[in-house]
Amino acid sequence: MLDMALTTGVMHVTVGNVAMWLIGLFFIYLAIRKNYEPLLLIPIGFGILIVNLPLTFLMEQGRGLLWRFYHYGLEWEIIPPLIFLGLGAMTDFGPMIANPKTLILGAGAQFGVYVAFFGALILGFNVREACSIGIIGGADGPTTIYTTVRLSPHLLGATAIAAYSYMSLVPIIQPPIMRFLTTEKERKIVMKQLRPVSKREKILFPLVTVMVICLIVPASAPLMAMFMLGNLFKECGGVRRLSDAAANELMNIVTILLGISVGATMSAEHFLKLQVICVFVMGIVAFAFSTAAGILLAKFMNLFSTEKINPLIGSAGVSAVPMAARVSQAMGSEADPKNFLLMHAMGPNVAGVIGTVVAAGVFIALAG
Amino acid sequence: MKVSEVTAPMAGKIIDVKVEVGDTVSEDDELLILEAMKMEMPIVAPTSGKVKEIRCGKGDSVGADDVLVVIE
Repeated sequence: MLDMALTTGVMHVTVGNVAMWLIGLFFIYLAIRKNYEPLLLIPIGFGILIVNLPLTFLMEQGRGLLWRFYHYGLEWEIIPPLIFLGLGAMTDFGPMIANPKTLILGAGAQFGVYVAFFGALILGFNVREACSIGIIGGADGPTTIYTTVRLSPHLLGATAIAAYSYMSLVPIIQPPIMRFLTTEKERKIVMKQLRPVSKREKILFPLVTVMVICLIVPASAPLMAMFMLGNLFKECGGVRRLSDAAANELMNIVTILLGISVGATMSAEHFLKLQVICVFVMGIVAFAFSTAAGILLAKFMNLFSTEKINPLIGSAGVSAVPMAARVSQAMGSEADPKNFLLMHAMGPNVAGVIGTVVAAGVFIALAG
Repeated sequence: MKVSEVTAPMAGKIIDVKVEVGDTVSEDDELLILEAMKMEMPIVAPTSGKVKEIRCGKGDSVGADDVLVVIE
């Protein structure tokens, strides 16, 4: 009788398993009730739940179903680049092309990445771990996952959850920092409407960008190449089917596999550690510094420019697209209802995605 | 009489029209709600006056700089 009971999972449940069930259910609750990144938090929460059911062996090396998703999807570096293909097919670089200065803001908002990197080193993480933690500050989920799998896969669950949690909390984290660092007068700066961007410019952009960035930071090529290929699909207009497939069906399929694979790495023995709390703390430090750096850089640029930039768009340089741009818009219209910053903020926002990929490429090249 | 044209600040979709022709509006009163990138943004009156013309309707897609409302 006892032998039979021991073949069930019930007899093997640990306190750690129960804690992870609660964490998994909490993510599912946040996704469904609070609408926090539901596309990711539901599969991640579900992955956490099932991988912590004893004797299911879902993550057993060479055998488990979720291990296969994880191994062939993430360790083989297939899923994050495919996500970037879809992102490229959904991204309009027009606002950035119309106002190339915003590229500088997108790059400047990567400052938090390096602050968190050094912070993590001080907290005792090794260089590879610090790179994975720092990249959370870029606010880009697939890039965080890609970097962590390459450099410190044991932290994957923590860094991915931190990145996606903070991205969904952008409307809560950023406004106090934005208010603190700007004056009422600055928040009221009205930026003139962006010039229209021609189709030719939009087609040339992905081609030129992929060549320039991959020549300078070759390690960013897998993400950057797919990102720009997706964008070329979108902008050239001749391959609507491919563009739609990348942005919709393919994106949805890889999102499911990504979410459940990330959740599956979060077994009790890997996740319930002090180290994970440190990852979350450094993640929010990275976010806050990236937000602040973008704003301060915009203010600095205003010292030398006749055409003033509303510093509120600087915070959109963290690449949480389009949440960070929406926050800029909301704060700008709060200061002056006639002020529309959304499209201006999309410039640094999409530039931030490129900036984070470049930062990841640098980390992988140096520490990988 | 001075005429003021309210234009779309960006491309998007009109999801609500809050005034009618002939209404008197004050500066910063909401005229329309524009949706762009899944964000709803009120378009407000740039000046006080009377709504002379409404050139868009609920559900219309508009381009940047399209004239939406004329106030005199």
